[in-house]
Amino acid sequence: MKEMFRIENLSKSFGNKKVLQNINLKIFTGEIFAFMGPSGVGKTTMLRLLNLLEMPTTGKLIFNGNDTAILQKNNVMSRMSMLFQRPAIFNTSVFNNIAYSLVIRRVDKKTIEKKVIDALDLVGLAGCEKQKSLTLSGGEAQRMAFARAIVFKPDVLLLDEPTANLDPANVAKIEEIIRKIRSELGTTIIMASHNIHQVRRIADRVGILLNGELIEVNSKEQIFTHPFDARSYAFINGEFIY
Amino acid sequence: MSSAEFLVQGFIKAFELIFSLNPYIVSITGVSVRVSGTATLLATLTAIPLAFAISFIHFRGKQALITLVNTGMGLPPVFVGLFVFLMIVPVGPFGFLNIVYTKEAMILAQYILITPIITGISLAAIKAVPKLIIETVYTLGGTEKDAAVATLKEARFGIITAVLAGFGRALAEVGAILIVGGNIAHTGSVGGIGEGLSETRTLTTAITSETSKGEISTSIALGIILISLVLSVNIMANYFQRRD
Repeated sequence: MKEMFRIENLSKSFGNKKVLQNINLKIFTGEIFAFMGPSGVGKTTMLRLLNLLEMPTTGKLIFNGNDTAILQKNNVMSRMSMLFQRPAIFNTSVFNNIAYSLVIRRVDKKTIEKKVIDALDLVGLAGCEKQKSLTLSGGEAQRMAFARAIVFKPDVLLLDEPTANLDPANVAKIEEIIRKIRSELGTTIIMASHNIHQVRRIADRVGILLNGELIEVNSKEQIFTHPFDARSYAFINGEFIY
Repeated sequence: MSSAEFLVQGFIKAFELIFSLNPYIVSITGVSVRVSGTATLLATLTAIPLAFAISFIHFRGKQALITLVNTGMGLPPVFVGLFVFLMIVPVGPFGFLNIVYTKEAMILAQYILITPIITGISLAAIKAVPKLIIETVYTLGGTEKDAAVATLKEARFGIITAVLAGFGRALAEVGAILIVGGNIAHTGSVGGIGEGLSETRTLTTAITSETSKGEISTSIALGIILISLVLSVNIMANYFQRRD
């Protein structure tokens, strides 16, 4: 498999607080990789570093074989998309929200219309394009944010707790969308989640983060059946106190 | 004549002056709207980029500039009038401009008064845009320019409110423009009342001079127009605030 990200000895601190320490990891093209761990261990910071919203304090982040420290930041960011736990919605129509990334890329109007309609179909919001986005329910807003994040076909989709605060029906829909995006678009998906069951349902490989350290990276099957680290075992079995 | 009759007569005559489009009243209203409108336009062109610069660019003295803007929001108009007057009188440093007692001087005074107001309210509107909106723009491949445009769009109703607040303040202002404009109307009577057409006389300055002359019905007419204009601006501002 082709290497999408290579992370070498990466650490991140905010002031005196060390959030991530000495992370080493490879993420491959087309896989669904999940950073799993309890709240506050650095999962979101990890995704923000991959998206270049934050820069590492030390260490290297290699994207498609190139060091992101010397690449034009915008060129790298324009090939990725990130979905936040609570999506930020532009105060305009659903159509304009989803079309945004295409408009700033100066895609022609007809293509934009077609791509937006296709994206709405994919997330199960067909016919909602004229609706004011602020009137959407939490689940619909999250699905609209998905459509907005994938409409320009990014190489990488970063998902930060994509189903937190959603009801089971919407969780199922979002998980279905994640699978579809991977199978239909071949997008590399990297997610952060503390939801063990969800990670088990959709991830290919899992990295367990605890107190800013990546304590174990392995296939989903290995992690959930025979984790190497005792702390991984404790977290997966709900015995980890945090 | 009782005080009630006096007031009723004053209002009747005032409405006659308004509905007959008395040239003196119309010229005063025109000067008010032109001066305040131009000052608001110029202040907007300064204030909005300034508010964006403060919000998006890191530079030395930023906090001092914010303090200056906040102080400017409460500037006493009479002080501004005196300051501008001292700058533009023939012996002042900008006396060569030869604009004392002109509309340009009034526009300058109002510009100084309302630029901090529009900047301050716009700044608050921009700061109210969630950081996540800006980050979302970056995560969708946008540049700093795209982020600024998205912020402008998100803060649009707040910024419109800021501009309307500035315009309302300019319309209702009297002290500064009285000092630098001189409350001048041409000699001779038009429409049977007052003096000639307005040169630098505005709704507010005219109310002070007409009241002091005892022309109560003219003052009432000017007051009704002024209140109507300010009320309309405030209704618009409320409308945009509700949409925000």
